[in-house]
Amino acid sequence: MDMNQYLSMFIDESNDHLQSLNENMLLLEQTPNDLSIVQIIFRSAHTLKGMAATMGFEDLASLTHQMENVLDLVRNEKLAMQDFIFDTLFKGLDALEAMVEDITQGGEGKADVSAIVADLQAIVRGEAPSSGSAKSAGSAPAKQETNTAIQLDEFQYSVLQQSIGEGHRVLYIDVAIRDDCQLKAVRAYMVFDLLEKSGEVIKSHPTVQDIEQEKFEKSFSLYYITQKDPAELKQQILNVSEIDQASVVELDHESLQQMAEMGAASAQSAAAVAEETKPDTAAPAAAAPAAESKDNKPAAAAKPAAKTGGAPARTIRVDIERLDVLMNLFSELLIDRVRLEQLASEVQNHALTETVEHMSRVSSDLQNIVLKLRMVPVDTVFSRFPRMVRDLAKSLDKKLELVITGAETELDRTVIDEIGDPLVHLLRNAVDHGIESPQDRVAAGKPETGTVHLRAFHSGNHVFIEIEEDGRGIYRDNVLKSALKKGIVTEEEAKGMSDEQVHQLLFAPGFSTAEKISDVSGRGVGLDVVKAKITSLGGQVTIYSTPGKGTNFSVQLPLTLSIIAAMLVKMGSEKYAIPLSSIVETGIVKKEQIRQVHGNKMVDFRGSMIPLISLSRIFEVPDFNEEDESETEIIVIHKGDRLAALAVDEFIGQNEIVLKNLGKYLPQIKGISGATILGDGQVALILDPNVFIK
Amino acid sequence: MGEDIKVIVFKLGSEEYGIEVDKVQTIERMLPITRVPKTYTFVRGVINLRGVVIPVIDLRGRFGLPETEHTDQTRIIIVVVGEMEVGFIVDSANDVIDLNRDRIETPPEVVGGIKARYLDGVAKIGDDRLLIMLNLSEVLKKSEIIQLESLEE
Repeated sequence: MDMNQYLSMFIDESNDHLQSLNENMLLLEQTPNDLSIVQIIFRSAHTLKGMAATMGFEDLASLTHQMENVLDLVRNEKLAMQDFIFDTLFKGLDALEAMVEDITQGGEGKADVSAIVADLQAIVRGEAPSSGSAKSAGSAPAKQETNTAIQLDEFQYSVLQQSIGEGHRVLYIDVAIRDDCQLKAVRAYMVFDLLEKSGEVIKSHPTVQDIEQEKFEKSFSLYYITQKDPAELKQQILNVSEIDQASVVELDHESLQQMAEMGAASAQSAAAVAEETKPDTAAPAAAAPAAESKDNKPAAAAKPAAKTGGAPARTIRVDIERLDVLMNLFSELLIDRVRLEQLASEVQNHALTETVEHMSRVSSDLQNIVLKLRMVPVDTVFSRFPRMVRDLAKSLDKKLELVITGAETELDRTVIDEIGDPLVHLLRNAVDHGIESPQDRVAAGKPETGTVHLRAFHSGNHVFIEIEEDGRGIYRDNVLKSALKKGIVTEEEAKGMSDEQVHQLLFAPGFSTAEKISDVSGRGVGLDVVKAKITSLGGQVTIYSTPGKGTNFSVQLPLTLSIIAAMLVKMGSEKYAIPLSSIVETGIVKKEQIRQVHGNKMVDFRGSMIPLISLSRIFEVPDFNEEDESETEIIVIHKGDRLAALAVDEFIGQNEIVLKNLGKYLPQIKGISGATILGDGQVALILDPNVFIK
Repeated sequence: MGEDIKVIVFKLGSEEYGIEVDKVQTIERMLPITRVPKTYTFVRGVINLRGVVIPVIDLRGRFGLPETEHTDQTRIIIVVVGEMEVGFIVDSANDVIDLNRDRIETPPEVVGGIKARYLDGVAKIGDDRLLIMLNLSEVLKKSEIIQLESLEE
């Protein structure tokens, strides 16, 4: 049987579940008494177990099963969450991640998890007050009973009756899977998964466990509580592949009673025994979960509904390479569009102009969509940080809180792929070097718990990611002392440096101020690599720090790497493009306004003198020299806070341009970052304005 | 007997040169060239070849031959070596011939002013035609260029 087509689905979904497990565990650690979170965790773990068992990854399934046992006790309030339980569960999660990773790499997903399993079992045995009576009440989750006919015990029956009374819909659902289906259990799972998104499965036949192990013919039935419309639900079930039939019947008090009686009639002594064992405890036990399910249902069920307006989120996974091809094709189209616009304006044909204008509008919509397709929320990178910071803080004996804001901010896929490692470095740095030990913090009059803010936000054509902590800050003298010792700066240079320049020293290769080398950071490799990586992505890092108060590492990144807005300028017969993101203003200066300061040309810009740079001289432009003109067009550019003016011949206008590289043969050229193709088919070079500001 | 290869024949001045056909992507008429500042002196600039930006070398400049005006015979031969795509400006390119490898002989020290290491060999075709086979990877080698440039300075 060909499992491959299911394998990639399995890997994707496992990763999703592991991610959600991690997130919710952290959430639970903050609020250990919130049982609704336990429910969500339990559900994720349960689905994961089912998928793993179906795919034949036994170790994965058994470990998940043990974790599930612990969680089951917690959610039934048999066990209070404690630190060591969290640690063990986290260890379990790590092992699961490692196994899934192994499967992704083509491995068997096998691992020795006996130690963790033993720990988990110890928790289940030792910590839970497991006596006979507790257990029989604990069997309340209906899924774990194995009966031959779909029959309801008194507890389930009363839950269903209550739900009807409270205005929920109780449905009896019958699902048949196509005969030729290869993996019945997977399909059944997809149905369960779908149902659990918007309600609760009370009882199924065969039991969930049997379905997981494919111990069923081709159909299964279940009782289900939801708010959804039966017809809509039926349609959703039928939308799952390889589902042959689905019948959804809404039950009221009477029909439920009838069905229960039918079930009870076919059931034998088992039901009677069940009834005997819970004489009085049944009522309160039933009431509690029912109340609880009322509480968490709006939270769990309303969320997806609100997001997608009733239907579950419909997504497909697409190979990134295909998106890249789409992007390339689109850039070709963009070049042709600009060309068409130019031709149309020359021809002056009304109908043609109109059509071209319409095409331009459509293609700019298309451009937005193509670019959006490649956008991914930074959350995909951020989501692994809370866990990392927690572990770091534990290993360093520090207390700290990570506050993430703006995780929904979107960035180009290529940037996202590259930005993870630099951010890890910066975070580790913040935790290790920035935040002081709890004693030091108290001594400095700060709260014992340090705070690390991780922020992402849009600003213009850029996305900023900031890592700010309220730690010890950067002391100028310490940095300079260390830099002098390592020979990075000379004494004379050090005297004249601004604070900002001193901060930038942290990014110098071979620099590390940590007195003690820890295994977390402080090897002196790192920050220079971080800077190199961010610069290669077209971004910048700036450090703001107040000694004793804290430090802020601000990373500025371009929104996208493939299409940018640029200003086209002319220099004699040559055309150049300047990225709009670095342009502050354009203007004209008269020859007599240009002053000579120390042999450098300066112009007045809003009250301050800024250098005037001659592009024609730097690029040895043959047929233009601004010195021959009485008035010079200037473009004021910025790099951080510093400004400079570029002298050009003529402005052409603003345009969306597609970035192209200059080919492998040419070496890096200072001041030129790439090329683009203009509407007339000619190549124009793109300036890298950052180079002109020292 | 060695294998037969197909060779693109082009001219620089009166000499005839050959490049194996599988190294050649296309042959184009002159296209508008955008000058690239601050690079090797023999790099004329970059062209737009159907959406791809490709650097163009004046082969005369590369071999230190005197440069001439472009005519309507002037062609750009786009060659692909490894991952590099480069255009060569040549005086004309108008022939494809079959050649047996055995007919390629080791070149003398200098042929038509070009150093021997840029050549694969020389082949005699017909009675009085000499075809100079180029060694593309040597021609495009960058360490070579850097040395050359520093000598000029």
